[in-house]
Amino acid sequence: MIFALDPIKQFEIHKMGPTLKIGNFDLSFTNASLMMLVTVALVVLWLLLSTSKRSLVPTRAQSIAEVTYEFVADMIRSASGKDGLRFFPFVFTLFIFILFANLLGMIPFFFTTTSHIIVTFTLAMMVMTLVVGYGVFKNGFGFLKIFWPSGIPIAILPFVSLLEVISFFSRPISLSVRLWANMLAGHILLKLFAGFSIMMVTAFGMFPGLLGALIPFTLTLALTPLEFLVAFVQAYVFALLTCVYLSDALHPGHH
Amino acid sequence: MFNAMTQLGFQFASAAAQAPGDILHAEHHSESEAFPPFDPTYFATQIFWLLLSFALLYFLLSRIFLPRIGETIEERSSRIADDLDTASRMQAEAEQAERNYERALSDARAKAHNVAEATRQSVDAEIQAELDAADKEAEKQAESAEKHIRDVRNKALSNIESVAAEAAQATVEALTGKKPSLASVKSALN
Repeated sequence: MIFALDPIKQFEIHKMGPTLKIGNFDLSFTNASLMMLVTVALVVLWLLLSTSKRSLVPTRAQSIAEVTYEFVADMIRSASGKDGLRFFPFVFTLFIFILFANLLGMIPFFFTTTSHIIVTFTLAMMVMTLVVGYGVFKNGFGFLKIFWPSGIPIAILPFVSLLEVISFFSRPISLSVRLWANMLAGHILLKLFAGFSIMMVTAFGMFPGLLGALIPFTLTLALTPLEFLVAFVQAYVFALLTCVYLSDALHPGHH
Repeated sequence: MFNAMTQLGFQFASAAAQAPGDILHAEHHSESEAFPPFDPTYFATQIFWLLLSFALLYFLLSRIFLPRIGETIEERSSRIADDLDTASRMQAEAEQAERNYERALSDARAKAHNVAEATRQSVDAEIQAELDAADKEAEKQAESAEKHIRDVRNKALSNIESVAAEAAQATVEALTGKKPSLASVKSALN
């Protein structure tokens, strides 16, 4: 009974196979690692199937792949300009990885990789490393201009600068927490309401139990499409913000 | 940063384990006592496998799949642009051909009109000439006919005098029994 209700259980990680230790770090293969590899495998399978026969008049699968391609390319073009397209493979990988991981998590009994803060934080740090690394590589000290907005009266410039610094350093946190909290909360809610439905029936029998299960079941039904939407929107938001941050690295003076 | 996160996770984990009311966690999390999404036990493996799978995916996408899709799109758009170019060129050619045709048609029309006009004029002139000739002929014939009539009348008029004189002579002879000379009758009549 409690097992059915426990909404946290789905986020547990357990080792699969032998313990793999390098130095002090335990790098054992886990169910989370498995889901990451499944995510990669699914993306590769999808693109393998949809791009195997490249025709000028696209098949349905091919046009889905092309629409996704154009979708990400347009996102980069609008958020970070044409020169942002040099990051196209990275942003595309990020978007498609998060999207597939989120959607895979919607399948019952599947582990959601993006529901762990360390995963989303690592992704966010990858983005920030790229932003800072490329920004410094391309602009040198000019990259510091992102903390020094143009067209601000000199009197409040230090204050605005401080805000810019704070906002810059909170970016990886907001980026990772947004995705992680959305996935975590959604899955807990789904599990809770679905668990309630089952509990109602087991506790009160068929007649009043089914009636009582109606509300949580309806909620589960309503939440499921919402969660699919959230899965997409969060992947989109993550990729879009990545583009916005990369735009800073590309043109640090513009604000 | 990583260490800070780990510390945070540890604190959260111990707090969760110690919470007296938290039966769910205490009873069912034998493998680790932390709230799983914060459990630092697995941070290393999570990061390792994430970076590994992400790098793998990035490699495959950037080397194989994205260029494939990009090439197809590029090829299609250049093909479409080519086709559009060809289409507009063909349309221009068609328009040129139509203009040429229109001009040829109007030329031919003008020429035909000229020919018709010339023919009409020459025919008119011919008709006029023949009419003139016919008129002249008719006039000549009418003249000769008139002359003939005049001659005949003159002749008839000159005959009438002698016929009248003879008739008067005969009449006088019948009335008087005496035959006057033709000359006296004639002078009497005149």
